[in-house]
Amino acid sequence: MMAALLRRTGQTVLVLFGVSVLVFGVFFATPGADPTARIAGRNAAPQVMEKVRHEYGFDRPLPVQYAIMMKKLFITRDLASYANRGQAVVPEIMQAAPVTASLVCGAAVLWVTVSIFMGTLAAARKDTWVDRGLMMLGLVGISIPVFWLGQVANLLTQSRYHDTWLFSWVPGLGYVPLAQDPLGWFRALVIPWVVLAVMFIGIYSRVLRHDLVALAGEDFMRTARAKGLSPMRVLLRHGLRTSMVTFVSLFGLDFAQLAGGGALLTEVVFGLPGVGRLTYRALTMLDLPVIMATVMYSAIFVVLANAVVDVVYLFLDPRVRDAR
Amino acid sequence: MVALGVLALMALASLLAPLYAHDVAHTDPFASNVAGTIMLDGREVDIMQPNDNPLHLGLSPIGPTWRAAYLLGADSQGRDVAARLLYGGRNSLLIAAGAALLCLLLAGVAGIAAGFLGGVVDTLLSRLMDIMWAVPVYLFAISLSIVMVSQSVRLGPFVLHADSLLIPVFIIALVYVPYAARPIRGRVLALRQAEFVTAARGLGVPVWRIMLRDILPNLATTLVMLGPLVMALALLAESALSFLSLGVQAPQASWGTIIQDGEGLIYTRPMVAIAPGLAIVIVVLALNILGDGLRDALDVRDSGRRAS
Repeated sequence: MMAALLRRTGQTVLVLFGVSVLVFGVFFATPGADPTARIAGRNAAPQVMEKVRHEYGFDRPLPVQYAIMMKKLFITRDLASYANRGQAVVPEIMQAAPVTASLVCGAAVLWVTVSIFMGTLAAARKDTWVDRGLMMLGLVGISIPVFWLGQVANLLTQSRYHDTWLFSWVPGLGYVPLAQDPLGWFRALVIPWVVLAVMFIGIYSRVLRHDLVALAGEDFMRTARAKGLSPMRVLLRHGLRTSMVTFVSLFGLDFAQLAGGGALLTEVVFGLPGVGRLTYRALTMLDLPVIMATVMYSAIFVVLANAVVDVVYLFLDPRVRDAR
Repeated sequence: MVALGVLALMALASLLAPLYAHDVAHTDPFASNVAGTIMLDGREVDIMQPNDNPLHLGLSPIGPTWRAAYLLGADSQGRDVAARLLYGGRNSLLIAAGAALLCLLLAGVAGIAAGFLGGVVDTLLSRLMDIMWAVPVYLFAISLSIVMVSQSVRLGPFVLHADSLLIPVFIIALVYVPYAARPIRGRVLALRQAEFVTAARGLGVPVWRIMLRDILPNLATTLVMLGPLVMALALLAESALSFLSLGVQAPQASWGTIIQDGEGLIYTRPMVAIAPGLAIVIVVLALNILGDGLRDALDVRDSGRRAS
């Protein structure tokens, strides 16, 4: 047990190290990529270039630069932005994190409930038009680019139908902190929640339906039916519960990717100042410290989620749970 | 089947883009036409018209005319959206197909190497995939694009220019390698135990020859199944990158860049952004249906073989 835990931790640290090296490599070691030119501006004089290079430490060997950046990020936590000089990066991320968390948690609640409902209903009505209709709906959801859906949603709720009873409650684009105005927070986020959830509803309802249908042939499901349990009860108590294993492992990864900044496009389209938009703005300005910090932030989420998923496995799968 | 037809139709339409632009719409979809006029019902109409607001401040491009010229209206530079849509479709489809092929090639090589050679190679490749997978896909793609789009990239003797279409192809292929490599590796692991592979090994056939002659042909179904799904993902990724101005570069068009052109006009001339978005939805949906159908068809045969 202890050994497995240690190995698991070792792997986690290794992956995080790998991510940091990968991102550092992309921005510092790609042939032709020179952060100096970005900071000094196009066609800067050689003396200016030299000064910038020295000031930011770009004249040092790459491993040393990497080590310094990691030290500032994790140990002294005083890593500062290149673009807004003196602006510390870590507090900036801490400020953006609740926005992203609000967006992603709300969307997650939505997509989990709707997809469990859709997936179970489709499995219960297998091979009928209900099943086919729901699954086609799911496929359509998967096929819509999220930023475009966001624009269309903005068009409908902010402009075309904003003056009707339907969407007159939708506030302008932007974020309202939960602590400041809970109702405003809710109203500002409803549309982004729906838009972000659409694709995941498609994926999850299809996966769940597929799982439930495949499970119907398993021995324990047959036993449950043979005991005389109602089909609904078999499906919910035995089928759905077992399917949750796949569901949870998918959910952990997707949730972590989104919470770590993967909801970037949704945040950009709806003007929500979250981690994704922070990353995007840092990327467009090639603000390397902010990029390093945000990408590490998202990698930590993903890696932690992996670990949590492994633990949840233990509780959900009776085969694993009872083997202990 | 319907899906395949839709795809063929879309591809054909975008191939005929020059024909449409020159002979039907009589416009140049790449030249700004802000001062231009067109004939509508015998009247000459400006392409850039005064705004509908009471003060008539500023200009908006003409909306959909539903006629040969400016069928879907004009964008903010007075260019024909319908013609640009066809040209953009050409780039979007080419990039998506190219990226899917390259991705499957890379994933195939990685998956075969990891699954068949095992040991250190497997550990290294699998860890590398873990690392790539720990960064959100779009974040990774955007990072790579920003570095590569800002300047030409030299890879040995090859120079990729900043506006080359190969850059999005390469980036999208790379970020989806872990997605495709995992199932391929799993299949290779199963194949490694197959009798014909053991037989080939016993005969002393060189490893690379086994990989090429015995493993690769048996991966065909997996690769064919993954193809449309990866292409669907690639098309979505391309549109997202282009939407953020990090994919296809002006003056070239793609469905993503047209959506971006339409962003500023979304409340006045929504058709500019809606049309390319619908095109994306239709093609991605067709690809997903195709992938689904292929999976069902190929899986059924698979299980039938197992039962017999």
